[in-house]
Amino acid sequence: MRDQYLDPELQLDLAFEADRITNFIRQSLAGTLHRRGLVVGLSGGIDSSVCAALAVRAIGPERVLGLMMPEADSSDDSRKLADVLVQHLGIEAQLEDITATLDGLDCYRRRDEAIRIALPEYQSDWKSKIVLSGASQGLINHFTVVAESPDGQRFEAALPLKAYLSIVAATNFKQRVRKTMEYFHADARNYAVVGTPNRLEYDQGFFVKNGDGAADIKPISHLYKSQVYAMARYLELPENICQTTPTTDTYSLPQGQDEFYFALPYEQMDLALLYKNQSRPAADLAKRLELDIAVAQRIYDDIEQKRKTTQYLHMSPLRLEAS
Amino acid sequence: MSDMEIRSQLRAFILENYLFTDDQNALSDTQSFLKAGILDSMGILELIAFLEEELGVMVAPAEMVPENLDSIDNLMAFIVNRIPA
Repeated sequence: MRDQYLDPELQLDLAFEADRITNFIRQSLAGTLHRRGLVVGLSGGIDSSVCAALAVRAIGPERVLGLMMPEADSSDDSRKLADVLVQHLGIEAQLEDITATLDGLDCYRRRDEAIRIALPEYQSDWKSKIVLSGASQGLINHFTVVAESPDGQRFEAALPLKAYLSIVAATNFKQRVRKTMEYFHADARNYAVVGTPNRLEYDQGFFVKNGDGAADIKPISHLYKSQVYAMARYLELPENICQTTPTTDTYSLPQGQDEFYFALPYEQMDLALLYKNQSRPAADLAKRLELDIAVAQRIYDDIEQKRKTTQYLHMSPLRLEAS
Repeated sequence: MSDMEIRSQLRAFILENYLFTDDQNALSDTQSFLKAGILDSMGILELIAFLEEELGVMVAPAEMVPENLDSIDNLMAFIVNRIPA
């Protein structure tokens, strides 16, 4: 079965693929993981929604637990979409607000202090995000902090490296606390934990090590983001979930994934990664996306650079064998 | 600071922080940091912080290109006339 909205070059047989994934889930649980069910952290986004739907298709709604884990910076929409999904799938869900835990770890204070290195006027009740730029202009990727005061005034400043690293280190608490909570519920039920990265995120290392990167099974890490949307439509997920825009939902200002990590919006990034994986010349990508060849080449270079930089995120701890 | 001293300071920064050695043969002046896997993009940002904090050379976003930063020789060409007296 094909999807009318999916780019022809990214078409796949969705019925076949859904069956392949659900078989993989069942076989992994029974033959390798030896767990009785699955925990899925639900963000309201497309990836976790499709993972939960595939989990239900594989092992039934009674063996899937959905966890909603909002914190102070989460958008209300994320929560509402997760609620819609839970109702639609008929799964058990639990709400674990992680704000107090993050407060206990000083996540917000540490982040705010780091932001003030670049923006001394920044106050804790302001909203903020980090924006990445550079790759498509052939520059080394670098970062800007954008903040908004309660009266709507916007501030922007280049982030010195130490400030950037401190902000990321503080916000990484969010993914790691969520994963800790997922494993608590999984351990308590003898369930396995689902990781929800799509192919772009997995390939380009857009995840936190021991945070959202940790899981027992990653059912959609081979699917391009556009294919995940197509799968959502094939699985007949609610319309408003099928139309969600990808965000990081990590920073208090709305932040697209292409602002924070990827060089292009996901539809184009999927094609860039596909062409790169097929070893097609940059000229082909330039023609397809109507870009200069030099820009297409820089996007290829950025893909390669991100693979190298994030390679260690995929690794188990390095160790020696006994001599 | 003489050119020789600047070069030596840059070499020491890379050798000590990324190769964990004082063996001067471990790094040639023409070697690409990125291609040789000595630095990744985060390492380049650390290098820029070093230039700004230790040598007083400010790097504008438009100057953050490998041609300026990706080897000892490229770095020397980029910064040699920009170090504050």
